[in-house]
Amino acid sequence: MELIDKTKEETMKLTLNKFHVKDIRFAEQSSFANGILYIDKKDLAAYLMEDSNIQSVDFDIARPGESVRIVPIKDVIQPRYKKSGSGQIFPGYVGDVETVGNGETNVLEECCVATSGKIVAFQEGIIDMCGLGAEFNSFSKMNILVPLIQPIDGIDKHTHEATVRIAGLKTAAYMAKLSLALAPDEVETFEHESILEMGAKYPDLPKVVYVDMVQCQGLMHDTYIYGLNVKGILSTLIGPLEVLDGAIVSGNCAAPGHKNATIHHENNPIIMDLLRRHGKELCFVGVLLSNESAMLKEKMRAAYYTSNLSALLGVDGMIISEEGGGNPETDLMLNCRFHEQRGIKTVLVTDEYCGRDGASQGLADVTPEADAVITNGNGNQFVVLPKMDRVIGDIETARVITGGNANSIGADGTLSVEIAAIMGSCCEMGYERMTTRLR
Amino acid sequence: MKEIVHYLNQFYGQIGGEEFADQTPIIRDGPIGPGVALQSLLAEEAQITSTIICGDNYFADHQDEALEKILALIDEKRPEMLIAGPGFNAGRYGLACGTVCDAVKSKFSIPVLTALYPENPGAEMFKKTVYIVKAPISAAGMKKVMPAMGKLALKLLRGEEIGFPEEEGYIPQGFRINVHTEKNGAERGVDMLIKKLRGEPFTTELPMPVFDRVVPAPALKDLAHAKIALITSGGIVPQGNPDHIESANASLYGIYDITGLDNLTADKYMTVHGGYDPVYATEDPNRVLPLDAMRAIEREGGFGELYNHYYATVGNTTAVSNAKRYAEEIAQDMLRNQIQAAILTST
Repeated sequence: MELIDKTKEETMKLTLNKFHVKDIRFAEQSSFANGILYIDKKDLAAYLMEDSNIQSVDFDIARPGESVRIVPIKDVIQPRYKKSGSGQIFPGYVGDVETVGNGETNVLEECCVATSGKIVAFQEGIIDMCGLGAEFNSFSKMNILVPLIQPIDGIDKHTHEATVRIAGLKTAAYMAKLSLALAPDEVETFEHESILEMGAKYPDLPKVVYVDMVQCQGLMHDTYIYGLNVKGILSTLIGPLEVLDGAIVSGNCAAPGHKNATIHHENNPIIMDLLRRHGKELCFVGVLLSNESAMLKEKMRAAYYTSNLSALLGVDGMIISEEGGGNPETDLMLNCRFHEQRGIKTVLVTDEYCGRDGASQGLADVTPEADAVITNGNGNQFVVLPKMDRVIGDIETARVITGGNANSIGADGTLSVEIAAIMGSCCEMGYERMTTRLR
Repeated sequence: MKEIVHYLNQFYGQIGGEEFADQTPIIRDGPIGPGVALQSLLAEEAQITSTIICGDNYFADHQDEALEKILALIDEKRPEMLIAGPGFNAGRYGLACGTVCDAVKSKFSIPVLTALYPENPGAEMFKKTVYIVKAPISAAGMKKVMPAMGKLALKLLRGEEIGFPEEEGYIPQGFRINVHTEKNGAERGVDMLIKKLRGEPFTTELPMPVFDRVVPAPALKDLAHAKIALITSGGIVPQGNPDHIESANASLYGIYDITGLDNLTADKYMTVHGGYDPVYATEDPNRVLPLDAMRAIEREGGFGELYNHYYATVGNTTAVSNAKRYAEEIAQDMLRNQIQAAILTST
């Protein structure tokens, strides 16, 4: 009798059908043609207003190079929609809770949604579409649809945050869904075997996992997996292709400069790079989610259990990315120490807050085992951003958000902030191209 | 042609050796000693119009007066730049080079430049405010350091943007600056991981700073029989400073006998610390090294006995590496003398 079913599918395969978006325009009917995304505001508004917590919603568009500043921004989301395969994008929100990460997913490139409207909390950020501020993130090079969401009166902050979060995801799905009948400009397919299969297939390649540290410290600091708040979870294993299908959603702002927005999760650059090198330079086993609580005992539990999972998997090395700064440095260093103590090699991905002049100690916690660290910049760098012709949102909020101050708004229209205020400027997944050098 | 004033000590200024270390600041026309080589590197763009020479000891012992005279000389010349040294690993000279550069920069707002060995206390003290070219340990490396000094001097004079330490040859000033990179952080991270896994060399982008956390020793259980020592970084020494402990960035510590002494009197003790107003410690050295109070408690039986020597150094701009060495040696000496605890006084 045959004990092993050799016909069983051992490999997950996800194809990203990429569409390059050249422009977004408002129109009578929503459609996508020749790289132009046409949005019927009324139709999209009606879809979002299905949520009775939204009183009203308007939309605005920002394009690369325009003299436009968007503030305050809660989340940035890349439009994606599944054409085939199990589940649907953003499971737990747009899709049901079915597992994602296979089949085909349509992706709108050079395009994103930036949710704005009434401020929830001071961890909301800025995107400048031109000038100095535009140099600090990739979003300034994208066509951006901005839903300006006004919640109903008397809404509590947690519900407000959830309302805006879900509206952003729905907007992104709505936009990408318009591409379903079209042929993509470009296709990229990722394959990922089951763990036992890849172990047999690549016996001589180093086994590597990615430890994705996700914040769960309350309002504007929570992260969701399949719609579940990661607060209180024991460290867990997730397939990299699931993440590309929106299994991880940000409800999180931390400091805007180093929060992991939903777009960062969908395009997690560490996952993408490991997938591209999988089977060649290394064997990418999977993603370990290690949550970042505010409590020391929970930090210890997460790091211990993540290192336990690593040992159970038998990995040789890992990349650990941080989210936020300050107390999450303890999570980062504990994960580093516990893994190195087990003989598992680590590379840490972080950023620094070493003062406006860059002369101070930039991390809140350190461990001697952390001998391989990538830094994505100093969030304290002080910049004076030029006046913009147009502001989407509410410029007054720049005075209260992280990186801003009471004197941020100049009489001449300039904006003086630390780059921590700029969305994704020092992204600790290494999404941008910045580091620090000692001088 | 832009004008430069050069600062040298008595040795490089060709006045003489250690016996001339008390030379007061003087000024000579044109380049002297290392200035001649420097002038050739500056070619037609800049001219060392004069050289200020000051003895190492004079500068160390009379810093305020020395600096005042030097600044007055610079004020007369009004150069567009000041260059000092190179001072290599000479402690007093290095400090003078750094101090003069720093003072000239802040008073006249002109570019300044010196060259020191990275472990020279002057480098540690002034690298943040003064461009200090990385010099070899001794004058044998004169030829090596000169081209970098000449190149950086011209850049500073021209007001050109100064690159990173690796490119320009200066000692890192300790500022972490954002720069854009070719690869994103994720790719750099995976590259680094592959190298680490293969055992290949890699360079971390963020060396871990060492948090020097000192765990306090447990409290003494038996104070009644404890032998306690006094240690000070406040520079209290016997009159005349027998060990010649420097007033700043001390290169040594002393151990002094206090057997039978009830308190420190002004006729027998003094402070050599250059970093605080010495008037009150000079009036009553017990204010910094509380021998009088310790004797009183000792008599009351508050503790067993006071160790019959005390340890003293000057904690004024002292390099951490030096301070660490003193601490290790003092701790060993305390163990040898069966001392259970110490009271450390600063300033």
